[in-house]
Amino acid sequence: MADSGKLLSQLADRISYLIDIKGSSAWINLKELQDRVQGLRHSLFEIKEADLYNEIDRIEDRVSFMEDRVAKKLSPAEIVNIVRSVQRFTLIDILENVYDSYTELGGEGECNLDPAVVVARATISRRVKNKLYSHQVMVIGHEKGRGEEYRNGGCAKPWGNDKALRYMMVAETEGIPIHFFIFTPGSYPVEDYPGAAQQIARNIYVMARLRVPMVSFISEGGSGGAEAIGLSDFRLMGSRGYYSVISPEGAAAIEGKIREGEKVPKDLIEHCATQLKITASDNLKLGTIDRIVEEPPLGAKREDYAFFRRLRYEMLRATDEIVLKTKNFRAFRAYALRRQTEEGKNVPEDFDVAISWNLTELEIDRLLELRSKKYREMGKDFFLKKSKGLAQRFRRAKDLASRGYYELRYGLLRPHHRNVQKVIEEVSSEGSVFFKKVTEPVRAAYDFVFPQPKRPAKVVSSEGSDRRSIFAEEWEPYLSPLANEDRTVTCPNASKYGCMDLWVPDLYGEFCGVCPNCGHHFPLEYQWYLKNLFDKDSVREFNNHIASSNPLGFRGFDARLRRDIRRTGRMSSIITFDARVFGIRLVVAMLFSNFRGGTVGAAEGEKFVRACDIAKTTRRPFLAYVHTTGGIRIQEGTLGVVQMPKCTLAVREYIESGGLYIVVYDNNSYAGPVASFLGCSLYQFGIRSSRIGFAGPRVIRETTGRNVPPGYHSAKNALRRGHIQGIWDRREFRKNLYDALMTMGGHNLYYR
Amino acid sequence: MGINLNDLLRHYRSHIFEDYQVETPHTGVISYKVQDGQTVEGPSGEWLQRPGTLLYIIEREKNVKKMYTSWNGQVTGIRPDLEGHFVEAGEVVLSIRHRLDKNEIIDRILTQVLNILRAPQQARYFLSSDISAKLGKHPECRIAIEPGDEIVIMSLMKRDTAISYKEASGVLYKVYFRSGDIVEQGSPLLGICPSDRLQYVQEVVQRIRTDWENM
Repeated sequence: MADSGKLLSQLADRISYLIDIKGSSAWINLKELQDRVQGLRHSLFEIKEADLYNEIDRIEDRVSFMEDRVAKKLSPAEIVNIVRSVQRFTLIDILENVYDSYTELGGEGECNLDPAVVVARATISRRVKNKLYSHQVMVIGHEKGRGEEYRNGGCAKPWGNDKALRYMMVAETEGIPIHFFIFTPGSYPVEDYPGAAQQIARNIYVMARLRVPMVSFISEGGSGGAEAIGLSDFRLMGSRGYYSVISPEGAAAIEGKIREGEKVPKDLIEHCATQLKITASDNLKLGTIDRIVEEPPLGAKREDYAFFRRLRYEMLRATDEIVLKTKNFRAFRAYALRRQTEEGKNVPEDFDVAISWNLTELEIDRLLELRSKKYREMGKDFFLKKSKGLAQRFRRAKDLASRGYYELRYGLLRPHHRNVQKVIEEVSSEGSVFFKKVTEPVRAAYDFVFPQPKRPAKVVSSEGSDRRSIFAEEWEPYLSPLANEDRTVTCPNASKYGCMDLWVPDLYGEFCGVCPNCGHHFPLEYQWYLKNLFDKDSVREFNNHIASSNPLGFRGFDARLRRDIRRTGRMSSIITFDARVFGIRLVVAMLFSNFRGGTVGAAEGEKFVRACDIAKTTRRPFLAYVHTTGGIRIQEGTLGVVQMPKCTLAVREYIESGGLYIVVYDNNSYAGPVASFLGCSLYQFGIRSSRIGFAGPRVIRETTGRNVPPGYHSAKNALRRGHIQGIWDRREFRKNLYDALMTMGGHNLYYR
Repeated sequence: MGINLNDLLRHYRSHIFEDYQVETPHTGVISYKVQDGQTVEGPSGEWLQRPGTLLYIIEREKNVKKMYTSWNGQVTGIRPDLEGHFVEAGEVVLSIRHRLDKNEIIDRILTQVLNILRAPQQARYFLSSDISAKLGKHPECRIAIEPGDEIVIMSLMKRDTAISYKEASGVLYKVYFRSGDIVEQGSPLLGICPSDRLQYVQEVVQRIRTDWENM
């Protein structure tokens, strides 16, 4: 009887798991089966034992049949349900079953800075020819279960991500590999310090050059939240996990233009889940993950010990592979590892090789090189190149020539020139001191005999005399087409500050779109900045041939893309160009609103990375001006998400080589780009009346249940939170940019 | 003080409505969006971020401006002759008849009856430590205040200045701010009720709270 109770309880769990997967008990007769099991559990002692077991067998057969049927045809939406089921394994299960021992760091359970992020020092071991080898690792991940009420469903708060970052650096100090486990539907979208977006950006920026091997395993990879601990040298994914740019519900709400509070149709959610290509096999095809870890057909649960064994094996193997790639002599061990992989699907009892995870400095450099290469390659095949063969060859030749020229000028000649200058400076200083010692007594005697009236010292400008006035207007300013309308508009602050109505030709002409009373900035088109911010005729665009596409074949997106290309005459939402500001040459990447709301996809990411590289080659400062960005383009799925680490890596390499990277936000800047390659800048500024943040008010309300006050994302609040370093007036953008370049770059601009 | 509470009560009983006149902010052609007798709602939301009911639209120089109500109540005095016509600035286009609720009447009575200590300038204000401690222990207790007592601390530019009470002695009846809040200049901080009026004021307030509708 005791056994029958246990069997019934297991059956109830299996049925409820099927209900979780199908989303309701209405599928076939799950409800009836559930009722039958419940009935048996209540009348356990009233039925004859033989009858009871017969009935249990019948139900079990039925449940097994249903499980097979569900497993045969799992839709992406059902995979999402598997991942969200309470019966799915969590990080604590992994720590207990994959690792030999672990110590949780940064608090335990609910007494934790952010219980959604768990950090632990752990040991993982392998057996090679009956000998046990242990490795120390840092485990960082999200915990969804085991106290769901305080874990926030695995949504890391900014301070949780900060904790993760702190322990990543501990791992770097100690030189031990990091294993990341991603179980998050997304980051908790609050702007409180350190700020969701800014903290994720900081994490990615540090991970880009973290000097230890990193492996990540994705079970539930929800966009930015996943990337906060997702940049790694090897990315594994559970076969029943999902990795997506946005939750299918969120995508459905956007696609279906569902208003707040209204229910999103289930069909639309399923459609979006399919279109977003969120499954492990889809992600493997797109190249956003490296390998799939096989799970049982309906996903691994908390007691799937065979799966944990496999996971342990895969984590060891992935770390081995990363380490081996950095070694000069690896042929035999790599062969052994490969052979082991090819042996079959079963997890071997013993490892063929024991590989030490300690790396020398040279090997670490190689590790970073490989990491950079890996992310730079991501998404490279998923944008269009609209140029003819001849033009392409000409461009390549030009690139090569300019690279050679700048390498010669700055790489070879500049250091020598500087060294010679330094020697001359020092010799002349020494000489002047020596000469002074010799002549001083004679001069003193002369002054005593023939006293001279004292003259004020001459002022010597360190900036040079040829600096032009930064207030001078050098050409006829560009006039916004918005000014060609004979009407008035009301300032949104009129009730607060009593602003008068503004006549449109004045507002968009003389006033540059700024209310003269309260200083509110009305949005202006990006062309205004192109014409008024930079020196006349100094803008030279490059990489115009890189065009956005529809890599996932998202239904209906091709037409929208074509419409935007026709409307704007541009191929992507980013413009990259060389320009000058008061004679200072710089490289600029400008995200603008008219093309898909300034969203970032594979083409935009590639153009940004190339602009970074050009700035690095030509030794020029790099400005990212964000006219507007709505985040990562959801129609490109995870190909868009991987642009976050890809661009941040390029930025990090540029800054480390001595470059100056400045970000200026205007209008609306939200989500992925702010949480990566924009938010990681050391110098960020906002144009007045702009809004900067991670998620908009509606998303915050829907995910956290908290209302946000008006002005929550305003530049002023971003400044208060320390997310930006200053607020600029549009009319003084040019002057402020020049000042910033001179102040932060110094006289010898940008290259140490 | 010369204030008769019975007169005050009588006044509010006979004037339970307040009429707010809605004027045009500037010239323009107006078009009404409400009708006489229609109930309108004022701004709502935690920060009053949701505007109230749309009253009318005024258009000047192709600038269509929506005008919302700032009060709850009923629309009265709509002028149909103005519909679709040009109006001057400051023209009364309608009125909102707002029915005072219990709390509004209590607030109005208390403002007239209590000695109100107002913020001398915009700063961060704290209750003095002994008052704060007493209220912390017994939030409902009535603390006696004498002239010369330092009852509030104004914190501005890293300098704390004690503010003394200068009116007739009484008991602390109402605190209008939260300790540590930034209060604008002129806003009420504390309401002190003269001792001789205390019981009467309490009775009146209690009566309004319990059966104002039946009074």
